[in-house]
Amino acid sequence: MYEIDARGVYYRDLNAKIREAIRNHHKDIVLHNVCGQYYIGCGLNDKDVKITINGVPGNDLGAFMNGPTIIVNDDAQDGIGNTMNGGKIVVYGNAGDVVAYSMRGGKIFIEKDVGYRACIHMKAYKDMNPTVVIGGCSGAFMGEYMAGGTLILLGLTRKDDKPLTGVYLATGMHGGKIFIRGGVDEKLLWKEAVVVEPTKEEMKKIESEVKEFCNLFKIDYNKVMDEEFVKVVPKSTRPYGHLYIPGP
Amino acid sequence: MELAKDISGCGIAGFINTDGERISGVDIVDAITLMKDRGNGLGAGFAAYGIYPDFKEFYALHIMYDDEHARKVTEEYLERKVHIEQHGGMPTRPIKKKRPIFFVYFVQPREQSTKGESEEFRIEEADEFIFKLVMFINENIDGAFVISSGKNMGVFKGVGFPDEIANFFRVDEYKAYCWTAHNRFPTNTPGWWGGAHPFSLLGWSVVHNGEISSYGANKRYLEMYGYKCTQKTDTEVVAYLLDLLVRKHGLPLHIVAKIFAPPLWSEIEHMDEKDKELYKALRMVYGGAMLNGPFSIIVGFRGGMFGLNDRIKLRPLVVARKGSNVYMASEESAIRYIADDLDEVYMPKAGEPVIAMLTDEAYEKVYGSKERTYV
Repeated sequence: MYEIDARGVYYRDLNAKIREAIRNHHKDIVLHNVCGQYYIGCGLNDKDVKITINGVPGNDLGAFMNGPTIIVNDDAQDGIGNTMNGGKIVVYGNAGDVVAYSMRGGKIFIEKDVGYRACIHMKAYKDMNPTVVIGGCSGAFMGEYMAGGTLILLGLTRKDDKPLTGVYLATGMHGGKIFIRGGVDEKLLWKEAVVVEPTKEEMKKIESEVKEFCNLFKIDYNKVMDEEFVKVVPKSTRPYGHLYIPGP
Repeated sequence: MELAKDISGCGIAGFINTDGERISGVDIVDAITLMKDRGNGLGAGFAAYGIYPDFKEFYALHIMYDDEHARKVTEEYLERKVHIEQHGGMPTRPIKKKRPIFFVYFVQPREQSTKGESEEFRIEEADEFIFKLVMFINENIDGAFVISSGKNMGVFKGVGFPDEIANFFRVDEYKAYCWTAHNRFPTNTPGWWGGAHPFSLLGWSVVHNGEISSYGANKRYLEMYGYKCTQKTDTEVVAYLLDLLVRKHGLPLHIVAKIFAPPLWSEIEHMDEKDKELYKALRMVYGGAMLNGPFSIIVGFRGGMFGLNDRIKLRPLVVARKGSNVYMASEESAIRYIADDLDEVYMPKAGEPVIAMLTDEAYEKVYGSKERTYV
């Protein structure tokens, strides 16, 4: 284990220290006293590197990352997994807005709630297929412009005065799948998406991801799977195809 | 060439102790400085409430002058218009850049010498009197700007990074029960001393991250009621709209929030009849006061603070509580840097105001009166 005290360290210097530790063949890096440093793990490629963060990391955590695992033992801010290519981010807390912004591969697990626009423009290509599991609730515009990948929303923190998700769900969505535990009010959906039942094969995917989620956060798997899941998918792959040019 | 990225987007922060305990400026400077990269050195500022307990009955005018001539002209005007209890240069430390000069005046309206003037500046309407005075100076006296004009509060702002501006104004030496702060990254308007946030009028102060695309419409709406937009920055209209809607129209803050960030028509359609009627009426009557464009704002006022996002939440805002302290900031880390072991941390929903007020006891202690006013 290689430890770095991040207290008062400027974000560029902290990221340089992390890259230097990796160059020196450290695989298990632990950052202490992190407070708002941006871009931690940005662009790192090593699949067997693990970075553990104690404290609140700054925006764009794991941006462009392609391999490592990041564990956050606290809340995370905005833009985690921005354009991430591969690897894994686990957050033991809440995350901010635009989680998995344009994410292209890898996995993100968030224990509790996320802000607005989770998985905005997440995408997939051939064997690149990102997965995001959100344990709590999500803000509005979830899955906005989503183009690929899998988003699973569990809503485990849902209360009477705390809705599972917000309006404009899946606005402009044209690819990928959103699975929501416990169903979703169709009024929240924008007109490009529909709610259907997941297939058997899709249920297998949900089960395996939820199992991983429950193992990470020590949550009772059977209790989570006790409720039904619904699937939100786009009606078409080109929802705005006729927005400016009248169609045939 | 070194590859560098501008991490654009202003930063805002604020906190209030609802028991009225006054805290030095060190914490707010630390919080906003943690988000230093959200600004680019072209503007920073602070608003502080409860800093002048010995002069709490007086309007504290913080005035910025380009030169001695502007000061002379302004002081002649002030002497004609108001009773000046005390005045002096604002305490500053040296700074390595060309900068305006700053004076503070503790004033009360006084009897005017001519009938015409007495009708325009009515001594029995003290807030309106000071409002007219501020508008006159900002519009008519070259090189003079009143940057704050409330009682027992003040604004400190200028061109620089937050720590520079705080050091210049000796912010660490003031004690306030409520502080707000701004770190500027100007996009559409010049980075000049008057254009730094907070924007303030009477007891109101506003720090803002985002842009008010409706600035032109809001400006024209405000001009009908005698407000003059002279600071060349969109955020100015927010301070004046608050004054108009709360002080003059008597609207409660949660309604003002719904005027600034109204629900979309499609959302209004799904409301019950009573709400539908209310929100339709607000949109029709106060269309000119709606703020379009992305924003998160923290508003300071006499006795409280509130935070608000635009209606589709295009800018960040985090709220936290610890005991009787309420914190708001663009980033959670800025709050955690000055307060750990928080009781609660959350991101408010789009268009939902978070309002934190002094307790009745604290209000009386700070302002010496039981009756609450916002300015």
